[in-house]
Amino acid sequence: MLKHTFLMIFLLLMTDSGIAGKSLILQSTTSTANSGLYDYLLPLFEKDTRVKVNVVAVGTGQAIKNAQNCDGDVLLVHAKAAEEKFIAEGYGVERFDVMYNDFIFVGPPGDPANIRNLRQAVGGLKKIAESESIFLSRGDNSGTHKKELSLWKYAGLDPVVASGTWYRETGSGMGATLNVAVEMNAYAMTDRGTWISFGNRQDFEILLSGDKDLFNQYGVMMVNPERCDKMNMQSAKTFIDWILSDKGQGLIANYQLQGQQLFFPNAK
Amino acid sequence: MQEFSSSFGLAFNLLISFDADLLEIIGLSLRVSLIAVVIAAIIGFPLGASIAVMRFPGRQVVDILLNALMGLPPVVVGLLVYMMISRAGPLGWLNILYSPTAMIIAQIILIVPIVAALTRQLIEDLHREYDEQFRSLCLPMSRVIPALIWDARYSLLTVVLAGFGRAIAEVGAVIIVGGNINHLTRMMTTSIALETSKGNLALALALGLVLLLLSLSINAAVYALRASAKHLAYA
Repeated sequence: MLKHTFLMIFLLLMTDSGIAGKSLILQSTTSTANSGLYDYLLPLFEKDTRVKVNVVAVGTGQAIKNAQNCDGDVLLVHAKAAEEKFIAEGYGVERFDVMYNDFIFVGPPGDPANIRNLRQAVGGLKKIAESESIFLSRGDNSGTHKKELSLWKYAGLDPVVASGTWYRETGSGMGATLNVAVEMNAYAMTDRGTWISFGNRQDFEILLSGDKDLFNQYGVMMVNPERCDKMNMQSAKTFIDWILSDKGQGLIANYQLQGQQLFFPNAK
Repeated sequence: MQEFSSSFGLAFNLLISFDADLLEIIGLSLRVSLIAVVIAAIIGFPLGASIAVMRFPGRQVVDILLNALMGLPPVVVGLLVYMMISRAGPLGWLNILYSPTAMIIAQIILIVPIVAALTRQLIEDLHREYDEQFRSLCLPMSRVIPALIWDARYSLLTVVLAGFGRAIAEVGAVIIVGGNINHLTRMMTTSIALETSKGNLALALALGLVLLLLSLSINAAVYALRASAKHLAYA
């Protein structure tokens, strides 16, 4: 009796629903997934094309690594230099601009480093470093982290020497880092999409934004079928064509959260 | 922190609304962890019992190794499995990365040491009681081991529960090899991690409460099953 019950349960569990039809794996940055953009776009794409998209949302650095291992068909991330390197080294076929938004600095309303009225990101970083106000860095080689490091470099500062004091690297995702920043009353740099959709903002505010250095470009590219012979080339092409099409671009522009547009399409 | 109170409300609402997404996530969590624990038991029982009963050189080393493996960090297991089954890895041709199968494999690796080590302990104690009898009957190991496992079956249920507890609560390994893909590999724990990273702390905690309730029901069910089976056996 006991034996049969277990056997029944086991057999019941073994039956796999399976994935029917065409599908592809999208290696993606987290902001596009966490902000709900994919939840809005992908059902429409799937209806149009009957291709199922499986999103693996990790940091840009990890997404690129996974794609280099052929563990994905399409890559959608936001670190142009790293993307171009990916293409140049033969891991991907061709890179396209998809959309953009911007990075912002968020922090406590008290604004200890006094960056609120600044126009330039570099100036903000200098003030934060001077006043040794706590700054939370992703520290995970993601697109946002790479951008942040390039801004420090541009400001002529090396924050990593202060790592563990006022400069703190969480080594985790954007949301996790924002959770820490809020607890520590610290500054952090984030993409605007993640911030608007973030649920634990408490009294934090956007303190610095609008600098052209804070431009955040998202790119899409297909993994090289010559390197990865098992990849789903047809589905990957279908997806890239669709997201760059007038329809895909229009839908990106339509997506709003709390009355704000999160991503601005700019495919050529 | 008003999150605590709103979490309880949210958890309650999630449960009574029979949210389709939630049911899917719970279903996958149960499926993956139960299959993993059944396979881990099939491997771990005989393995643990053999180490308990047999005498061979290096037995102590195997023993220590097994106990140490109980503390395997899930992230390391996830990484190892990923590197094996990645399309660039040696087992890439299996094409199982980002699938429930991959998560089951990772969990099996995590819980076999737990099942085997606890089985070893249980069977060793039991074997001491029966040792003389077995000797006088001149039984071969191939008969002794199944007999001991059968005799310890009710205690071994607790071992299975320990393994299951580790499997269902684990996030580090399954998020790497499963990818936390919506409607494909999203489980209870990976959803909790995701909602936390989105700053939806109340929802994350509510999912945690649901997971706890699930664990509780399974433990209660096994307890009841064991009690009734024992009752039948001795009646």
